[in-house]
Amino acid sequence: MDYSQFLYMTAELSLLAVICLVFIADLFLCGRSEKGFDCSEVCGGKKAFCVCRMKRTLPLILFTIHTILTACPCCPGVAEAFGGMYQATPMASIMKTVLNIGVIVVFLMSNKWLRREENWIKQGEFYELVLFTLFGMYLMISSGHFLMFFIGLELASIPMAALVAFDKKRYESAEAGAKFILLALFSSALLLYGISLIYGATGTLYFNDINSILGNTDWAVNAKLFAILGLTLFITGMGFKISLVPFHLWTADTYQGAPTVVTGYLSVISKGSAAFVLLTVLQKVFCLFVTEWNWAFFWIIIASITVANLFAIRQKNLKRFMAFSAISQAGYLVLGIMDGTAQGMTALVFYLLVYLAANLGAFAVLTTVEENTGKIGIDDYAGLYQTNPRLSLLMTLCLFSLAGIPPFAGFFSKFFIFMAAFQTMGGWGHWLVLIALINTVISLYYYLLIVKAMYITPNDKPLPSFRVDCPTRWALAICIAGVLLLGLCGIAYNWIDTFSYGLEEVFAGCAGTCCGAC
Amino acid sequence: MNFLSIFVLIPLLMLFGLWIARNLNQVRGVMVAGSTALLALAIYLTYTFIGDRAAMPADEFPMLYTASFDWFPALNIKYSVGVDGISVAMLLLSSIIVFTGTFASWQLKPLTKEYFLWFTLLSMGVFGFFISVDMFTMFMFYEIALIPMYLLIGVWGSGKKEYSAMKLTLMLMGGSAFLMCGIFGIYFGAGATTMNVTEIAAREGAVVAVPLSLQRFWFPMTFAGFGVLGAMFPFHTWSPDGHASAPTAVSMLHAGVLMKLGGYGCFRIAMYLMPEAANEMGWIFLILTAISVVYGAFSACVQTDLKYINAYSSVSHCGLVLFAILMMNHVAATGAILQMLSHGLMTALFFALIGMIYGRTHTRDVRELAGLMKIMPFLAVCYVIAGLANLGLPGLSGFVAEMTIFVGAFGNTGAFYTTLTIIACTSIVITAVYILRLVGKILYGVCTNEHHLLLTDATWDERFSVVCLILSVAGLGLAPWWVSDMIGTGVGPIIDVLDGAKQFLNVPF
Repeated sequence: MDYSQFLYMTAELSLLAVICLVFIADLFLCGRSEKGFDCSEVCGGKKAFCVCRMKRTLPLILFTIHTILTACPCCPGVAEAFGGMYQATPMASIMKTVLNIGVIVVFLMSNKWLRREENWIKQGEFYELVLFTLFGMYLMISSGHFLMFFIGLELASIPMAALVAFDKKRYESAEAGAKFILLALFSSALLLYGISLIYGATGTLYFNDINSILGNTDWAVNAKLFAILGLTLFITGMGFKISLVPFHLWTADTYQGAPTVVTGYLSVISKGSAAFVLLTVLQKVFCLFVTEWNWAFFWIIIASITVANLFAIRQKNLKRFMAFSAISQAGYLVLGIMDGTAQGMTALVFYLLVYLAANLGAFAVLTTVEENTGKIGIDDYAGLYQTNPRLSLLMTLCLFSLAGIPPFAGFFSKFFIFMAAFQTMGGWGHWLVLIALINTVISLYYYLLIVKAMYITPNDKPLPSFRVDCPTRWALAICIAGVLLLGLCGIAYNWIDTFSYGLEEVFAGCAGTCCGAC
Repeated sequence: MNFLSIFVLIPLLMLFGLWIARNLNQVRGVMVAGSTALLALAIYLTYTFIGDRAAMPADEFPMLYTASFDWFPALNIKYSVGVDGISVAMLLLSSIIVFTGTFASWQLKPLTKEYFLWFTLLSMGVFGFFISVDMFTMFMFYEIALIPMYLLIGVWGSGKKEYSAMKLTLMLMGGSAFLMCGIFGIYFGAGATTMNVTEIAAREGAVVAVPLSLQRFWFPMTFAGFGVLGAMFPFHTWSPDGHASAPTAVSMLHAGVLMKLGGYGCFRIAMYLMPEAANEMGWIFLILTAISVVYGAFSACVQTDLKYINAYSSVSHCGLVLFAILMMNHVAATGAILQMLSHGLMTALFFALIGMIYGRTHTRDVRELAGLMKIMPFLAVCYVIAGLANLGLPGLSGFVAEMTIFVGAFGNTGAFYTTLTIIACTSIVITAVYILRLVGKILYGVCTNEHHLLLTDATWDERFSVVCLILSVAGLGLAPWWVSDMIGTGVGPIIDVLDGAKQFLNVPF
């Protein structure tokens, strides 16, 4: 065996190193006291205080180093390791970098929550679980084989259930964890069944081989039928992960019950990675069935956007509200899949990046308000502008970005993803985009409801004024920088566009080669 | 860096200045400095434009001062700017309104800083829209101008402000949803190579820019999308509520400039880029706009709220703008742009005065106001001037614009056009009815409310703002030729394209 193959997996290896280091550090750094959660109290002494802070900052520092190390896609790029089990493309590294940035923001905004008394001793677990799910997503993104893909999927979802149930003494959190694990397993089972059907049809699980075998006309009609059935189950399984209608039923309850930080993680990073994997697998494996998945997604997208928007209007709890908003955003995200074009892929990744900034920004505000005052209802936010003007302004900007209002980045990402979907499906894309556009008006309505609560609705007892802790400020700063700059500076989009590829390149056999040089 | 971009840069700097401003005086200082700079820049631009334009051969109509920067090369999106006669006129109008609007909201409380932040963002959108020639940039600035309205009306408005703010925002955003679809349609229909308006209109290598079968689909969408903002008949309902609830300067900016975005967009994007469909389907919209002209005027007659009267009058006048551009001849289109200018100035004047009267009497109900001429003579006299401009007194701007429009409209032969023009002409009479009745009722007569007797006349900032607007209205009315010449150079190429398209089809009327 050629061990140099491991060199293609730099991102995974470096993440694994971070996981191990955090794990070991967690054993030796203090924090096991039952007594209290205040750092100086627990450890006493100045030196111990430093060590204690290390426990919080070490994962962050290590992870930031990891992000920087793996940020640049190495240009020769496309490579296979372990006989095609693992596929490295520049696009995959971009995707991983996007996820990394999201995780950094999540770590930053989790600070105040982790300093709660009951969470103080579990900090290490939180970082470990998050990093493990991320590792699973890495494997999914780079997989070239269905088993590898499945391992990644499971690794990404089982620790996630533990994260959802992290506030285990809170009834809703445990309930949400149970709901999440049951539905995740159910969807995994469906997916696995789909994979087995594909295996039955083609006799292989390697992405490349499946593609070439299905393309072979000598194969019987039955094989294609099985493969289409497999495709359907695959879409169903991934639909659960991305929470598309009609597979969205777990979303609202889980999002509401999970700790707010985890909800943010779930709504952006887990969803985003699944959407990206969906696109790449559809392109790599099912490129012959492009008409079939186009039609499936045509209806799924319309249902997701419309149903979620209509439900979001009625929500009173902000986490449930964000859950429905996230479902509709997922619908927009998946617009990039139509026809599997290169432009669609760029638009999808860019949309995700912008959505990450805006949604995590909103969640950072929700978390910090919840941690400081314990309130999460829309009515509680009435008059927030009087007491916390900065926070309300940031929230407003994030919501405007989610609604797609210029000059914030959300407008650009929406415009691009609509543009990518417009010409697809031989004209039916026009209708899809029109329906999506009308839905943006509905979504604007409910986003404005929050803005209205913060600025306009009179309230005699608004939430008290409080100071936002330092790490959360950083998280907000990163998010707002993203919201303001990602769109106006064209660099991010143009950079992603350099590495994206579409079905044309897949057919030509040069998917993911650097700079689309076909 | 092209000097047109300074129109966007100044509001950007103003936003920054407002962000760091510590007290009310600094906020006002930033606003005055910024809006004066904008006004000066607009005057400078007009001056150089007329000079440069005169130096050119009369039969060439290029965009001047163009510049283009790659923004998203993969999608052919560029940041491109350039102006012709129409946009120069609109920029001048916008800068006057922003300048006077600043003074009109001098006393505004509470949250003055935030108010001006959103106000400046709104004006940035307006200026950006008029300087851009790229559909993407244009659309972006268009939406930038829409959203601050929500907060401006919702927070600082009066009456049923939450309802009006939401209605206005959603209707305008609904319009822009259709508009976005139309823009995609044009872009892909024209071969997906450029978003630049002038390049698409140049139709290199093809007879029509966008195939006619697609135009039939995208033209109504684009026209209606802009038409929502231009208060075209079935989509005008946001306008009365929105204007009535908005604070003074926002009403001024909205009625004065923002509604012009609609007319400008209809003309520049919908009709210029899809001339064949415009010729073929224009009659549908012509009927709708004729309805808005008359319907708006009649509605204004029965309102009792001063702002509602003016808002419906705006519907009527903006309807006239769209009516005139759909006549598709040179004179009428020039009149349309003149009407945009004239309506912008006089409606801003009207709303400013109404705001000032409301600020004193705390009522806008016509039935409760009387005899204001004795109590606040300055405001009352200005109100009369605004009213006369509105009903088209020669010597003021309204006359010039409406005269040009109707002369142009009668120039179109055919029973259909003539009938519609006659119907639209009746609005002149109806306007006179509601304006004169209103002036008689609230300004003359005996004041019945004794509290009103104690009220004072305008303060210096209010006087300044009003006098500026009156000067502009009178200036446009007394010396319209330099503006109409300038507009004529901008209207020319668009009308040529529309005329040229007629040979490809059988126009029903």
